Amino acid sequence: MRDIHEHTAGEDLIIKTSVRLMVPFIQVFGLYVIVHGHYSPGGGFQGGVILGASFILLALAFGMKTSQEYMTVSANAVLNNLGPAIFIGVGVLCTLFGGLFLDYSALDKLIPLGPVEWRSFGIFLIEVGVGVAVMSIMVLLYWNLSSGGAMDEGL
Amino acid sequence: MKNLALLATLVTGALLLYGTKDFPAWGDPQAPASTYLSPVYIEKAVEQTHVPNIVTAVLGDYRGYDTMFETVVIYCAGMAVLSVLWRKREK
Repeated sequence: MRDIHEHTAGEDLIIKTSVRLMVPFIQVFGLYVIVHGHYSPGGGFQGGVILGASFILLALAFGMKTSQEYMTVSANAVLNNLGPAIFIGVGVLCTLFGGLFLDYSALDKLIPLGPVEWRSFGIFLIEVGVGVAVMSIMVLLYWNLSSGGAMDEGL
Repeated sequence: MKNLALLATLVTGALLLYGTKDFPAWGDPQAPASTYLSPVYIEKAVEQTHVPNIVTAVLGDYRGYDTMFETVVIYCAGMAVLSVLWRKREK
């Protein structure tokens, strides 16, 4: 983590060190919750919140500017829109291949995996969309609410 | 105007409460949801979607619209906060 000491929000060494250790594991766990939603409790909403929480934790311990080095404001704006766009895009793609809206088995005509496998994979795709949207919007809400909308320095 | 809003709220609430009178009792085994919808999900979900977690199958496939509009609600919340609060810091 470069530039970690430039923006010192909290000066506490214990908080900083523990956050630095925890954030990578939290993010890996968030990704696990999203991709393992087919087999265990979890999915896009839960995993997205965990991923968003990792960025909020960075902002709490090192300051908002540091969290914006890892997810820039413009990248956040792109991700905000990308999440719902993935979800609705998959749904529209289904209609283009002759199915109903969000009827993933129609995508079998695009890449032949089998209609049942496509329903499974389609659920995965929309979970990724949900996860991206929830993660970026949680971070956006935190940035805005804690800085009064200026998105430069907050708690 | 305030009284009108209160009246509209009360009438809507009363209508909704009146509507619940016809609902099946909570956990009623003879309710339509228990007689065909839940058994179909439980019996067919893995076969039709190859997703062992039925909750995910219902959420992402059978009730895809619901999940889509949940995502849109979160998106709207984010955009609403952004449009109300976002500003440049005065130097």
